[in-house]
Amino acid sequence: MWAFIHKLGSPKWFYAISTRLLPWFWAAAAVLLMVGAAWGLAFAPSDYQQGNSFRIIYVHVPAAILAQSCFVALAVAGGIFLVWKIRLADMAATVIAPFGAAMTFLALFSGAVWGVPTWGTWWVWDARLTSMLIQLFLYLGIIALRGAFASRDSGAKAASVLALVGVVNIPIIKYSVEWWNTLHQPATFTLTERPAMPVEMWLPLLVMVLGFYCFFIALTLTRTRSEILRRESAKRWVRELVEGRTGGDTDGL
Amino acid sequence: MQVVEPKTGLAVAVKATVKRDLTLLLRRRGEVLNPLVFFALVITLFPLGISPDTDLLAEIAPGLLWVAALLATQLSLDVLFRGDFDDGSLEQLLLAPQPLPALVLSKVLVHWLLTGLPLAVMAPLLGVMLALPAGSYAVLAVSLALGSASLSLIGAIGAALTVGLARGGVLLSLLVLPLYIPVLIFGAGAVQVAVLGGNAAPHLALLGALLALALMLAPWAIAAALRISING
Amino acid sequence: MAFDSLHALVAMGGHAPYVWSAWGVTAALLVASAVHARAERRQLIRELQRRNRRERNLSERELHEP
Repeated sequence: MWAFIHKLGSPKWFYAISTRLLPWFWAAAAVLLMVGAAWGLAFAPSDYQQGNSFRIIYVHVPAAILAQSCFVALAVAGGIFLVWKIRLADMAATVIAPFGAAMTFLALFSGAVWGVPTWGTWWVWDARLTSMLIQLFLYLGIIALRGAFASRDSGAKAASVLALVGVVNIPIIKYSVEWWNTLHQPATFTLTERPAMPVEMWLPLLVMVLGFYCFFIALTLTRTRSEILRRESAKRWVRELVEGRTGGDTDGL
Repeated sequence: MQVVEPKTGLAVAVKATVKRDLTLLLRRRGEVLNPLVFFALVITLFPLGISPDTDLLAEIAPGLLWVAALLATQLSLDVLFRGDFDDGSLEQLLLAPQPLPALVLSKVLVHWLLTGLPLAVMAPLLGVMLALPAGSYAVLAVSLALGSASLSLIGAIGAALTVGLARGGVLLSLLVLPLYIPVLIFGAGAVQVAVLGGNAAPHLALLGALLALALMLAPWAIAAALRISING
Repeated sequence: MAFDSLHALVAMGGHAPYVWSAWGVTAALLVASAVHARAERRQLIRELQRRNRRERNLSERELHEP
């Protein structure tokens, strides 16, 4: 078990395994996202209350789910890095943080756009949007803290601690914001809260969520591999790989 | 030859840290007074910026007082570890045989005693100036006293993470303010409920729960952050 | 198909600006991040190849003129 974990933590082994897995994740992401987009945009029935603006749900909800998953992934990677000093975990954390911030921004943007036909305004202090905004600040804080340190190792450790502190706080923030929201605005209804959604509506949503997850995994693998090459550039296997002598791929994604 | 070993118990170390920090901070009175002056100043700005209308001020007073107090605590965080970092006594603290979380907890306690507690005592006075309705003053002071203890604990994590950086000031607020939000919600909520004549006990209980959670987890995070800032 | 014609699909029942801008920004962001990851990787490999070549040339020159 421990041998396996340490093997997984070895950049070289990870690089070899991910070379084989990567095309599958990219292909799955492309297929799922395209099927989900066509299904959600053209085939899913429109909502009786919100009409076609409801179709924004198919990008808003996956982005919001990914934004939260990325934070958990960031904290897990940070914990692994702090406890076992596995550098690979930090390489992954380095590339997950900007993507998580981008997904949080996407959830905010689509929520604001969705707000116009639903509430008649770009911004309402809705519970989901508000906690997403706070989460965006947390992401920006983690990215800024990592960049503020002169030594990469100190920055990585500090960002890991902050990610762990943040992941403990996110549920507290989420519930306190929800509680605050019901106290102040009992009348407004939440964008995505609805009584039992029919199958033809949530099935495309499921496809989109899976597509976003596959995209996230594929992108993280790709960028972690670049990060490995960058940080391990003095290692012999990286030199050989770069020269194309090991027969490995040098330009495929 | 008999060597007199200094006492090394945890209680001794905690007491010594508290005493030392209190003495040091009381010598630099400016640093203790600055957050209080800042608090009063910000509260003065709001009627000037919004309107001197007492009805309007009374309505927004709970939120204003809480936000201003929160910013005042946040501004005082930068000096929490800065002096000890500059003169090297932070390294001594890290080398001490006693567990670091307990020692940093005593430093945070001093910070709260000289920042959070005075702010809580001073808040009712500023409440009068904002026409805060009678009957909510005790809740305001208690909620600030409870809440600012959590704020000191959470803020100390940020201060510990940025103490090694030359210009950590703005970064510190970026890290710490989002984490303050639950405390703000329950703290300002308690005062609002009291203003409306309701029972503020549930809010205060929630603030207490947040404090208990912060007391349990924050010292370890602060200790880990200090080790990173000092040792890299 | 929830729409009668392609035109109706584009019009989105009057909600076109909202639906298409949300989807458009999402698509742009996903495509941009994929393209960026690919470009980053290519550039990195080219840079590492150049560095390897430089180091090799340097060591060869040291052999010739000690």
